[in-house]
Parts: sequence; structure tokens; C-alpha cells
Amino acid sequence: MTKQRQNNILETVIHGFFLILGLVAVASVLVITVYLIVSGLPAIRQIGLFKFLFGKTWEPTSADPKYGILPFILTSVYGTAGAVVLGVPVGFFAAVYLSKAASARVRSVMEQAVGLLAGIPSVVYGLVGMLILVPGIRKLFHVPDGASLLAAIIVLAIMILPSIVKVSMTALDAVPKEYEDGSLALGATQVETWFRVSVPAARSGIAASVVLGVGRAIGEAMAVMMVSGNVANMPSLFQSVRFLTTGVASEMSYAADGSLQRQALFSIALVLFLFIMLINATLNLLLKKGGKDA
Amino acid sequence: MKKILALALACLMLVALLAGCASGKTDAPAEPQAPANTETPAEPAAEEKPAEITGTVATDGSTSMEKVIGSLGEAFTEANSGAKFTYNPTGSGSGITAVAEGRCDIGLSSRALKDEEVAQGLVGTTLCLDGIAVIVNPENPVSDLTIDQIAAIYTGKITNWSEVGGNDAEIVLIGREAGSGTRDGFESITGTKDACQYRQELTSTGDVITTVSQNPDAIGYASLASVGESVKALDVEGVIPTEESVKDGSYAIQRPFVLVTRQDTALSAAAQAFFDFALSSEANDIILKAGAVPVN
Repeated sequence: MTKQRQNNILETVIHGFFLILGLVAVASVLVITVYLIVSGLPAIRQIGLFKFLFGKTWEPTSADPKYGILPFILTSVYGTAGAVVLGVPVGFFAAVYLSKAASARVRSVMEQAVGLLAGIPSVVYGLVGMLILVPGIRKLFHVPDGASLLAAIIVLAIMILPSIVKVSMTALDAVPKEYEDGSLALGATQVETWFRVSVPAARSGIAASVVLGVGRAIGEAMAVMMVSGNVANMPSLFQSVRFLTTGVASEMSYAADGSLQRQALFSIALVLFLFIMLINATLNLLLKKGGKDA
Repeated sequence: MKKILALALACLMLVALLAGCASGKTDAPAEPQAPANTETPAEPAAEEKPAEITGTVATDGSTSMEKVIGSLGEAFTEANSGAKFTYNPTGSGSGITAVAEGRCDIGLSSRALKDEEVAQGLVGTTLCLDGIAVIVNPENPVSDLTIDQIAAIYTGKITNWSEVGGNDAEIVLIGREAGSGTRDGFESITGTKDACQYRQELTSTGDVITTVSQNPDAIGYASLASVGESVKALDVEGVIPTEESVKDGSYAIQRPFVLVTRQDTALSAAAQAFFDFALSSEANDIILKAGAVPVN
């Protein structure tokens, strides 16, 4: 009797302890959200929402300052889209191959390589991009300078590969073997089975991998800052461009405390935050749908 | 049994956590002792002023001087643990106004004082000189440009190297991000403020140098002290940029870093001590390390 009661108290205490640990994450999200909204709204109010979101010039330090972030928004959207266009086919087919066709040995080696790719710090991606990719683009396309949207897209495409490969693979692995056996028994070839049966069955997981990749691409700052040239131009493939993330990062250390420039940087961060929230909501929706399917 | 073990472990973790905090707290008071120890070698200098320096030194002004004044302030407070040092990065104009209105001890200006400012009873003392080198790739045959040519290049009036005696290639303009002190200095000396057609705006001196060293058609600017072998510093108006040519004023792309004080009011003891320290030969190494050329 007393032993049981002791156990109950123990349970409660441990529950409470873990609840507190769990709340740390929740509290962090709340604090960040509230802080971003509080510090991001004043500048938007002062500049005007329309002028801020759709203004084409960003000149915070000129005599007549302009705070238009449309170039940043479009660059982030185009850059992410480009990375998805380049990275998703590669990652998707790699995942199908690794999950269905590869021998155990090849699979383990390639899985490790992909894992390593995920672990490389973004500043290293940026450095390699700056020293190899940027001069390479300059020579290959005969443009005066290689630091461009294209360089950023290529770096981002490589950076999102691991999340696409890994999450897609997990989804493909989870497809019940009976589905595939049934398809093969009906006379379908292996390739037909993979793409007509396994992939459709795993589609919500594959879609989630793409969304995860988009999230990573849109939030990346360091690597793109080093290869994209960082000038607030309207995006174009061989022009130097600035992303939402790099817009915040490159000026934060100089913007004077309390100035409109600094507040506007917080507003950019708020816009970026909203983008990420949107992506996360999409991800949750996809995963929930996936749960119902299975 | 397992639960008891788990609880014990959880308690242990909690204790460890608290212990971590506690030791962190006890570390904090111990910290001042460390600078006190390092103070010993600096004692001969302190002996000149036997009285312990206490009080606050408030500086206000140029954002370009952040690195120089920051390192000087750090060295000063390290040698005088009783003194406090503050720096308010507001810009040269506001710094001069602040000292004129008595809102700070020493104003910081990255330009020489104007006549009307001197007429207000302000005194400018040059602390050091900031030389900005214009750099190109070592492969580039161009080795000398005039200020006008540099301005025309950066504003987009000259876009091809052949127009200034180089190869037939488009000029790639590398600069710094808005707000950078080096950018502000370069643009105000060459008269290209807010008019530069940058191809890349990079966030550090190192990035500018790396990018210029990678691209044979690039031109950039960087603090003289940080220019190394990987890039070629151009002669400006025929003068080679060196510490000496900056010091004797023959190298054009340079500006003074000035300490601004009031003529009629004496500085507080702490501010005077800092002022003397900054202008002493002791401070030269610190200034040099911060990328400027000391003059005293």
C-alpha cells in the first residue's frame, strides 16, 4: 500500500519535471513570436504596409531613405523555388533508388554520405561556394561576376538534398511490402511497382520532405550571403541579389539602436517568420493527411 | 526499482544543473581578480598617476571609429579597473553636437572639425588616420588611378577596364554593406555617397579581399592595414598607399579620426586620463591592430 502511494508520488513528480522541460520549448517560441511582433510592427506602421512589402528600393542609409523589401521577398521565393526545382528531382530519385533498388552495402554507404552532407555547417557551404562555384559560374557563363542568384540556388539545392532524401526514404521504407508484392504478382515490373505503387503510397511523406527542404532553403542565411553578392536588386539569375535572411543579417550589426533602419530589419524578420509559419502549417497539414492515409 | 532509479537520476541532474548555476555565480565575483592580476605588468605606467582613476568616460560619435575606440576603451578599463568607459555610436555630426552640448566627455569625429565648429569653442585632436586602399586582382595590369577615375568607376560612368588602361573587361564593383565605416569613408572621400553601383555588397573586409582575389576584373576597397599579398593595392594619384604615405598626407583616400573636446571646460580626471592614454605612444599598437595609422 505505502509502496504504491510512493510510486504514485514519484510518478507525479517525474511528470511535473518533464512538463517543465517541455514548457521550455513552448515558452521560447512564445517569447520569440511576441518579441518579433512587438519589435517588427512599429516600422511597418511608420513606413506603411504597402510601401514596405511592395516597395522596390531598399536604401536605408541614403539621405532620403527607402524601405521596400519586395526585392528580398521575390529573391527568397525565387531562390527557394529554384533550389526545389534543382534539388527535389535529384533527392527524390536518389531516395527511390536507395529505398528500393540499392544493395544493402551501397545503401549504408550512401546513407552515411547523405547524413554527413546534412551535418556540414552552412558557413562551409558558403565558403566552398565562394571559392569554387562563384568563379566557376563566372567562367562558364562568361558573366563579369559569378556571385548571383544562380550560385545561391545551386548551394541551396545541395543543402536541401539531405532532408529530401532522408524523409522520402523513410516514407518509402514504410510502404507495406504486401502492396509491392501484389503489384509484382500482377505482372508489373519492378520500376512500374516503385513509381505506380510505392511512390503514391508514400506521397504524403515525400511531400513533407519537400516542404521541409523549402523551410531549410528559405531560412538559410550564412551560405547564401557568401555567394549571392548581397545587393538589393530585383532578382535575376545572373544578378547579385539579397535574400530576406541576408537582408537582416548584413545590416543588423551596423543599424543604430532605435533607428527606423533597425526596426525595419525586425520587420523583415517578422515577414520571414510568417513565411516559415506558413511552411510549417503546410507541413503539419501534409503529415496529418499522411496519418489518415495510412 | 526502475522508477526509483529514474527519480534518483532526475534528482542528480537537477542537482548538477543547480550546481552549474551556483558555480557560475561564484565565478562572477572572482572575475575582477583576473584583470587585477594582468594589471601588474602595466603598473609602471600606472605609477605616473598614483591616484586610482575612477569615474566614467563617456564618448559619443563616429561609427567608423568603433573598432579603434572600442579597443582603446577596453585597454583603458583593463588598466584602470575603477573606471567605466562608454561609447555611443551615433555618427560624427551627432558626436560633435553631443560634446558641444556637454552630453559626453569626448566627441568622436571621423572628419576634421569645420571652422564654425572650432568657433563654438571645440578642439579637435587627431587620434589616428584611417587609410583606405583601393584593391584589384594581382592579374589586373592597372596599377594607378586618380580619385576622379575611381569615382567615375564606382558611379558607373566608367564600366570597362580598357577605359583606364586595362584589359577589355567589364569592371566588377565590390563594396561593403550600408552602414559600414569603410564604405562611409570611401564614399565620402571619393564623393560617391549613395551613388555607387555595387555588384556585390559584402559584410566584411575579409570577404572583399577574397572576392577581389578570385575575380580578375574586380575592384574593391578595404582598410589599409588588412590588405595582404592576395590582392594589389592601387596607387592613387601616383602615391603608393603605405603607412608613411597616409601619415604624411600624400595618399589621398584617408581621413582623420578626431577626438573632440571643449576648450572652456576641463575634462574630468577619468576622461583626461583616457585622453592622455589614447594619445600616448602606448596606444599605438592598439590603434594599429584596430586597422588605423597612429600619428603620435
